[in-house]
Amino acid sequence: MEKLSNKTKTMLTIFIIVFFAFLLFLASRYLDSYRLRIINLMAIYAIMAVSLNLINGITGILSLGHAGFILIGAYTSALLTLTPSQKVSSFIIEPVNPIIQNLHTNFFVATILGGLMAAFFAFLIGWPVLKLSGDYLAIASLGFAEVIRILALNAQSITNGALGLKGIPEYTNIWWAWGWLLVTIVFIVSLVKSSYGRALLAIREDRIAAELMGINVFKHELISFIIGAFFAGISGALYAHWLTTIEPKITTLGPILTFYILIMVVLGGLGSISGSVVGGITFALLMEWLRNLEDPFTIFGLNFPNGIKGLRLLVISTIFILTMIFWNRGIFGRNELTWDSIYRFFKRFKKKRGGK
Amino acid sequence: MNLNSVLIIQNLFNGLMVGGLYALIAVGYTMVYGILRLINFAHGDIMTMGIYFAFYAVVLMKMPFFLGVIFSIFATAILGFLVDRIAYKPLRNAPRISALITAIGMSFFIESFAVVFFGSNYKSFLKTLGSNSSIIFKTYKIGKIIIPQITLYVILITFFTLLILFYIVYKTKIGMAMRAISADIPTTSLMGINVDLVIGFTFALGSALAAIAGVMWALRYPNFYPYTGFNPGLKAFIAAVFGGIGSLQGAVLGGFLLGLIEIMLITLFPSVMQYKDAFAFLILILILTIKPSGLLGKRSIVKV
Repeated sequence: MEKLSNKTKTMLTIFIIVFFAFLLFLASRYLDSYRLRIINLMAIYAIMAVSLNLINGITGILSLGHAGFILIGAYTSALLTLTPSQKVSSFIIEPVNPIIQNLHTNFFVATILGGLMAAFFAFLIGWPVLKLSGDYLAIASLGFAEVIRILALNAQSITNGALGLKGIPEYTNIWWAWGWLLVTIVFIVSLVKSSYGRALLAIREDRIAAELMGINVFKHELISFIIGAFFAGISGALYAHWLTTIEPKITTLGPILTFYILIMVVLGGLGSISGSVVGGITFALLMEWLRNLEDPFTIFGLNFPNGIKGLRLLVISTIFILTMIFWNRGIFGRNELTWDSIYRFFKRFKKKRGGK
Repeated sequence: MNLNSVLIIQNLFNGLMVGGLYALIAVGYTMVYGILRLINFAHGDIMTMGIYFAFYAVVLMKMPFFLGVIFSIFATAILGFLVDRIAYKPLRNAPRISALITAIGMSFFIESFAVVFFGSNYKSFLKTLGSNSSIIFKTYKIGKIIIPQITLYVILITFFTLLILFYIVYKTKIGMAMRAISADIPTTSLMGINVDLVIGFTFALGSALAAIAGVMWALRYPNFYPYTGFNPGLKAFIAAVFGGIGSLQGAVLGGFLLGLIEIMLITLFPSVMQYKDAFAFLILILILTIKPSGLLGKRSIVKV
């Protein structure tokens, strides 16, 4: 089979990145702020999906604790970018912890620290959770995410409890969001291509066989878990500075968010990084488009003056279940979108046309 | 530490009640897990639907409360059967992880279904019960000890329901078929047993119990909304794992123990009240690291 040379591939990659950056530049110049927000959300969702995919799809451990790491990233970064006076004025029930009150950094450092904090928690949680297997691991990780949420709800002097953090500066712009997505993709792709990533794939295919080959399964899983959590924390930081208000609620930073990310990953194809990116982008668009259902609309002569509240989620979950039953490979299956695969696709396409 | 004997005795009853409800939900998880090795994530939400069915039977169809509950039990059983037929049956031969993810999707689906059709606001049985609502507030007094009537009723009904369940599983033909399937599906089907029907019946039975638990839950904690079942569902699953998943007795034991431990911890250390929901997960992690097969579970050996 013919293949493209490595040099061509690098050139093409650089070209596509520059081209994409140019598109984003045009978007940031000419689109209104509403559309820009959606474009930023696409990148944030894509980071969440790619990082969950590293754990669930590539290493094959079904973790449902992603929202917990996102919450940690969101709170850590938000507490670092809020000014001391803002923190003092928003902590009404209990004054803010003085150490946290005076911490203040710029957005970039706050994002990194958000990621590191999430990674640290993943390290702590990973020890007990990764000793389990399969279904138990899923429930235990979901449980830990809930514990984190409950802690955030009750650690009044650190997180402001149920009131949440308000007035977070809207720092997440198109460059931060898509820039971090690029970093995430480059990092995780090179990880998967390294011998370390091969070990992760081996663990996914057969734990016992992998162990017999001399792979330290627990250590590899733990590192994958920590890296996934790190990027979840990064996405959480971006998300917090996109939302500008964060609360430890079931629907925003709780299990429902994990379900969303799982939907993106499954839709794109469990185990495919390009699939997760496409899944995240598609999901952001789909959610926004389905928002129409919750605005006033008329269908078959029936008029819904206030839209139907919650119908959006009903449609999403129906799509999700149908995907699982009839199309559980998702868009990409386990395949990646590479230059080789595109090249092959066009060659086959040409051949078909030539045959006619 | 708070050592007040009256309070402790009162809360023992509370613990028994909450534990009983966990047990009723947990047997649903354990039966399905025993047969299909699938965590039916939607089980907690099926319980929520049980509450709504009873609620609307009483409010819209003007049924007397008791009839409303019976209606809800049957409706929820049918729902459980349909959930299996629609979502899980097509995936019987798929990898287990696909079925689990579908179950999560099903849970999400039922929650959003409830939001769309029943609204996301809190509802309560208190108004609908009208003059009967005194049942919730009436108390028995023995010396200094005060026990709400409803607590006793819940405990009694739970015991009665569990007895019926054990009768069905251990003394009837369909129960025998259920136990046979949990041991070996292909062989059972060779014996001329309609496996899918029995699995459907298992789902229906578990869901009916969840409906009973749900209605009692909604009487004890009067406000409910579409996500009500999520937390008890998770806890009951933990109870099932605690007792040894796949084992009916284990689920009952685990449920009661979990309820008692939870309530007793709050009684003895009132300051940790807010972290109540975190205990269950710590217990889960502990039991899984110390004895992964649970208290009464059988240890299975995975062959390579």
